Amino acid sequence: MPNPTRIEINCETGVETVIELTDAEVAELAYQAELAAEKKAEEEAQAEAAATAKAALLEKLGITADEAKLLLA
Amino acid sequence: MANTFELISSVTVGAGGAASITFSSIASTYTDLCLKLSARATGTGTAKSVLISYNGSTSSFTSRFLEGNGSSAASYTSPAQFIGNFTGGGATASTFGSLEIYVPNYAGSANKSASSDAVTENNATGAYSDLTASLWSNTAAITSITLTPETGFNFDQYSTAYLYGVKNA
Repeated sequence: MPNPTRIEINCETGVETVIELTDAEVAELAYQAELAAEKKAEEEAQAEAAATAKAALLEKLGITADEAKLLLA
Repeated sequence: MANTFELISSVTVGAGGAASITFSSIASTYTDLCLKLSARATGTGTAKSVLISYNGSTSSFTSRFLEGNGSSAASYTSPAQFIGNFTGGGATASTFGSLEIYVPNYAGSANKSASSDAVTENNATGAYSDLTASLWSNTAAITSITLTPETGFNFDQYSTAYLYGVKNA
């Protein structure tokens, strides 16, 4: 299976070139995709943990989220 | 105020998609640049980010954007090269997002700012519109612009990009 390609248009000559990514470029893209997926998973886990902690605190205080907003307004 | 648009170059993505689109050897004879993109990503998801780079540089970028998604609105800082969202491969078939990027004084000696507006298309509740302010803290004249979908995705076939030069008279 061929590697993905990138397109370059030379605005001076109007020549359009379709360039197949090198194996190194494909590997770099895969690495970046992996990093992005890890970062996303980490952010989602942090958001979930924060939401859980918030819900636990509201329960401990015995108030709703709307009531908490009212207190902080 | 720049008041004429002249098409510099355009491209339509062919079968197999494209990992990026680059306009190179951009002449410095215009006042501003305007890039119009109609695009759809390969793969899953209803919206994907477009990242911009100039002269092959991916550093010294900052951005801030306002985003509405059909149910809420917010503003964000991140990621640095972000210039808008476009339609993802998981959105309604054959729909494409629209994105317009304006780069004033691209050949000047100041840092390079850009603004963009972008919308995704999707016949469902999840769709996005973004207004983005972008800055490249570099004083070099812009001679090439590269648009890249977020990591792991490509521009799908039939995506198009048009680069215009804008100047007085």
